[in-house]
Amino acid sequence: MSFDVFADPAIFLVQLLNATQQGLLLFLIASGLTLIFGIMGIINLAHGSFYMVGAYAAYAVAEATGSFWLALPIGVAAGIALGYVLERLLFRFFYERDHLYQVLLTFGLILIFEEVRGMMFGEDTHRALTPEALDFSIPLLGVQSYPAYRLAISVICLLVALGLYLLISRTRLGMMIRAGAYNREMVQALGINITFVYAAVFGLGTGLAALAGLLEAPVASVEPGISGRYLIISFVVVVIGGIGSVKGAFYGALLIGFVDTFAKVIVPEAAGMSVYLLMAAVLLWRPTGLFGRPA
Amino acid sequence: MTIATKLMSAAIALAAIGGTAMAQDTPIRIGVMLPYSGTFALLGQNITEAMELAMAERNNGGCNVEYIQLDSEADPSRGPENARRLIDRDLVDILVGPVHSGVAMGMVQVVRETGTPLIIPNAGVRQATAELCAPNIFRTSFSNWQPAYPSGTVAYDRGARTAVTLSWDYGAGHQATEAFAESFEAAGGEVVEQLFIPFPDTNFQPLLTQIAGIQPDAVFVFFAGGGAVQFVNDYDDAGLKDTIPLYGSGFLTEGVLDAQGDAAEGLLTTLHYADGLDNPVDAHFREAFEAATGRESDVYAMQGYDTGQLIAQALEAVSCNVGDLDALSEAMASATIESPRGTFNMSSSHNPVQDIYLREARDGQNVVIEIAAPALEDPAPGCSM
Repeated sequence: MSFDVFADPAIFLVQLLNATQQGLLLFLIASGLTLIFGIMGIINLAHGSFYMVGAYAAYAVAEATGSFWLALPIGVAAGIALGYVLERLLFRFFYERDHLYQVLLTFGLILIFEEVRGMMFGEDTHRALTPEALDFSIPLLGVQSYPAYRLAISVICLLVALGLYLLISRTRLGMMIRAGAYNREMVQALGINITFVYAAVFGLGTGLAALAGLLEAPVASVEPGISGRYLIISFVVVVIGGIGSVKGAFYGALLIGFVDTFAKVIVPEAAGMSVYLLMAAVLLWRPTGLFGRPA
Repeated sequence: MTIATKLMSAAIALAAIGGTAMAQDTPIRIGVMLPYSGTFALLGQNITEAMELAMAERNNGGCNVEYIQLDSEADPSRGPENARRLIDRDLVDILVGPVHSGVAMGMVQVVRETGTPLIIPNAGVRQATAELCAPNIFRTSFSNWQPAYPSGTVAYDRGARTAVTLSWDYGAGHQATEAFAESFEAAGGEVVEQLFIPFPDTNFQPLLTQIAGIQPDAVFVFFAGGGAVQFVNDYDDAGLKDTIPLYGSGFLTEGVLDAQGDAAEGLLTTLHYADGLDNPVDAHFREAFEAATGRESDVYAMQGYDTGQLIAQALEAVSCNVGDLDALSEAMASATIESPRGTFNMSSSHNPVQDIYLREARDGQNVVIEIAAPALEDPAPGCSM
């Protein structure tokens, strides 16, 4: 490379912002995935479809009403409701089943979601309008500037992360979630209404994925196939952070944001595999992930 | 009239009847291998319907024709297998396809062995009409080099002396950005950095930050579809659009201007097709395509239309005798296509020798400004037939 990302403090600062924003958005998706995986033991390949639901909700609502902020609650509510209903109708029958059945079920769901999307929105590429109040760039040092909306994404993600932390560490529901992730049978044996906890966690997880899709719709293409955009990488986050650990998902996602961003500019030839090398390194060091419970 | 002449005329009449009967009994089979599902489904549909439209308008070259469609799924790993299925099992006489360059490589390999005439209606992979060129391989679209090459001169003429290129890290991206660098440096400019991002990653932020740090006079990119929508918007959001002019191979703004909105307004791109071409063939084609399908035409439909024209012309030239492969190839190689893009001929490597237009994105249209490179021919390095 003929330029150095560390030589110019402005470039370095903006790259830090880029990495943080990417990592935080990834956290929204991966936190739901790790909860669903960790507590119910469900491998939910269709998790990315909820990201898609959010993205298309942002596009459709903003298009119809002209207001992006109206799309946020509608889209998140749709994500939660859809997750809740699917848990009641389908997923609860699969908790005790082999992972293979879950993979088949959720892969089928991906195809159904994709087909329904095609019927509703066609195969064109769309984009949600950036909220007007945030549609500007903030000038930084020298020639660099940073889009205000991306900064807003990071702030919203941080607030959600804080909310999740409080929910899990300070509330009764959080206590049940933590207990459920640790030992499912024991929680049931203690007479806790696990049915409700499961449905709540499922709705929470899918709602978070939908929120990620909503937030990113104004800065990313809304197009066929986006359900797969973050699916693999969020599984990588789950594995790096430790299955079932929201804290692990947070640090894992940030780590991936940083590795991916800086690999792209320092070693672009290896950018495609950088995050997988990271995963391999973490697993060699800690086989159950950064915050995973030793097996 | 002697008995001999009577017999002879009877024989000729019989032969004529026999000939007609033959044409009706065994139609010429055209295998169409295009994506009918997935991301490229609309491209496959537009190409197919425009091709059939052009054929119908020319009475199928006077022949009895049958189409056999196969979904290529835009899956390179199934390219050779699907091509073989059409050739060996469905016994097609002519093969049309594909959209995807990876699939094209597989099809090219197969028809180089079987000798089946192949007409590529989209895939721009340069090798198909360069290193891997063959007497039976034709293309009615473009080579990746072609639409990108004139952009270098365009950027230089508008004052750029330094440039950064950026594309996905795959064949088409490398071929397009190298073509830009070739003409930009030949004009006297310097490409100071060639950036790549893994395909199909669309997190462009880190690279935009680097570009802002480098501050080149111009940026050239190769992206298409959803990636193009995203890039053009990100480029604008990063505040770069007003300070560093963005150039691109025309696919950057093709079919995605609605989604790009204001962020694309004023972008200059180069392609073998444009909106606002003042030519009667284009006017007729756009109207006829919309009447036939109810959809607006696009560059892919245009390429499909020319594929149909090429086949019809060749069939007419060989009087439906597709068994004579040499004559069929010769007819295609020497065809003159009255295309909506402007009249073109085939190069010696069987790629169109065509005008490349400079277009400006204006109100959702890629309006032609001028011809950036008249009758541009891909030099087709490595082609020998």
